[in-house]
Amino acid sequence: MDLIIAKYNYWIYITLMMIGFYAMIAKNNLIKKIIGMNIFQTAIILFFISIAYKKGGATLPILTEADAHAHGEHVIQVAQYLNPLPHVLMLTAIVVSIATLGVALAIAIMIYRKYHTLEEDEILRAIK
Amino acid sequence: MIAEQAPVLIVVIALMSAVATPLVGWLKKDLCYPWVILALLGSTLCSVSVLNTVMHEGIIHYRLGNWPPPWGIEYVIDHLNAMMLVLITGTSLLVAVYSRRSLEAELPDRTVYFYTLFLLQVTGFLGIVITGDVFNLYVFLEIASLAGYALIATGEEGAPLAAFRYLILGTVGACFYLLGVGYLYMVTGSLNLADLAEILPRLYSSKVILVAFAFFMVGIALKMALFPLHLWLPDAYTRAPSAAGALIAPLMTKVAVYIMLRVMFTLFRPYFSIELLPATKIMLYTGIVAIFAGAVMALAQRNFKRMLCYIVIAEVGYMVGGVGVANTVAIRGAILHVMNDVVMTLGLFAVAGIIAYKMKNNELSAFDNIFKKMPYTMAAFLVVALSVIGVPPTCGFFSKWYLIQGSVMAGNWMFVVALLFSSLVNIILFFRIIETGYYDFGAAGAGHGHAHEEGPAVSEAPLSMLIPTFIVAAAIILIGLYNQSILVNIINFAVPKL
Repeated sequence: MDLIIAKYNYWIYITLMMIGFYAMIAKNNLIKKIIGMNIFQTAIILFFISIAYKKGGATLPILTEADAHAHGEHVIQVAQYLNPLPHVLMLTAIVVSIATLGVALAIAIMIYRKYHTLEEDEILRAIK
Repeated sequence: MIAEQAPVLIVVIALMSAVATPLVGWLKKDLCYPWVILALLGSTLCSVSVLNTVMHEGIIHYRLGNWPPPWGIEYVIDHLNAMMLVLITGTSLLVAVYSRRSLEAELPDRTVYFYTLFLLQVTGFLGIVITGDVFNLYVFLEIASLAGYALIATGEEGAPLAAFRYLILGTVGACFYLLGVGYLYMVTGSLNLADLAEILPRLYSSKVILVAFAFFMVGIALKMALFPLHLWLPDAYTRAPSAAGALIAPLMTKVAVYIMLRVMFTLFRPYFSIELLPATKIMLYTGIVAIFAGAVMALAQRNFKRMLCYIVIAEVGYMVGGVGVANTVAIRGAILHVMNDVVMTLGLFAVAGIIAYKMKNNELSAFDNIFKKMPYTMAAFLVVALSVIGVPPTCGFFSKWYLIQGSVMAGNWMFVVALLFSSLVNIILFFRIIETGYYDFGAAGAGHGHAHEEGPAVSEAPLSMLIPTFIVAAAIILIGLYNQSILVNIINFAVPKL
């Protein structure tokens, strides 16, 4: 139980990822598959953001006026700030996932225009 | 000074001209074709110059924006990726030349968008190969994949659904790769390939590293259509427009094999991938199964392009199995086979595109009496087919030779059997076509073969399609003849020290 509570964000990430994965593989409707894909990608974003977290009250890496005075010319204490890099990586990953979503929806529209349905089994029957 | 910037120019030229293509097309639609060829010619020249530099002066480190490596993104070019760069730019240049007539027939009103996506796809491939940063690699992987999905979706009946399925599985593959990057970042705090390779050996006992390795391998296996994960490939490549198929089929799987080599032997040390984990053993057996399954399923196909797709799946088995044998000779064979397979698959899909263009279909029955109708195309086809079968002096023989030699040295007889079995099946596959091509089954019962002395009129493919196909056929023979100097000058440096 301790294991679950202490790392609850990782458990949420795994659960979300599995939900998305299930939807992508098992659902028959193409839009549901796309939604599953998006949940899957969002789970990975949650994972990366969790990596950036530090225990002990670390905050956003923004230097205020007071910080600058307090530290003077000393080196900034890394432990006080969250790691900004995973957040930056995830900005890129969000862009990628939006692009993927766009392409997927565009293809879904193409399919709908041709076959007037988004159910995979009906489309397969129409192709054959 | 330009020579110094050549590494980045390879990617930048392709990317910038992709962005500019809609503008060029807006000015004048016909300008797109020369524009794309010009851009790819630029990229090709840069990559040849980079290969030349690497061969004479060693590994190139190019710092983007002059940020030092662990923090900034770095392009690292050694012999392996210099070779891949030349292959990618050369292939895309040939396909660009080839694409014109095929596009006029298949996608007459969408050429501008086709060429935009075409260049984006090439950008993605080049970026994957050139970069020395694992996250940057992910971004380029997605650029290449997204452009690929869109290109495939524009194909014939059923292409959108094939592209959609590819998109779903491809996204899973790329996301697994990204998760692998995440787990590595978690314990090392670095994204630079060389830096990670330095830090990782201290952590080889960590479970996190094992998870990362597993995610990497499964993600990449999805992208390269390794046997149990190949389901997206046949539909997608069969239904894609011919020109898109000729670009994607040779490059996508081979670029994925390149990523696999990088992850196994540069990111992780060879002794981790080979000795600490049973990874190579699993790869060897998956490779064997892939070869058998690909060969058997290729036999069952009535459609030429579909048959080629299963051959591609079997060839992926060659390379993965070759790495799985895990000795220097077999890995050398696998890397040589990456090069050969790009050229051979390009040749096969180029011929398939010509058949589709002239005969309007790709069923095997389209080959009836084809040697008389299209003698030049079929001459090129014969060379490519002999190379896929593995007849000397074509290049296919030599890579197969090293693969077999390596697995004999390692005592892996199953892999030897699989390779020979696949060669036999390829003989059946191609001689079936050649037989159909020589005889006129449509006019059976006409008595002697001499009854057709005048034969059907020769109606060859247009020159813009024939010339690239001939260059490919010539390349197959030249790579075969000069395989020793390619091995000594390039590939031996690319083989990891075991």
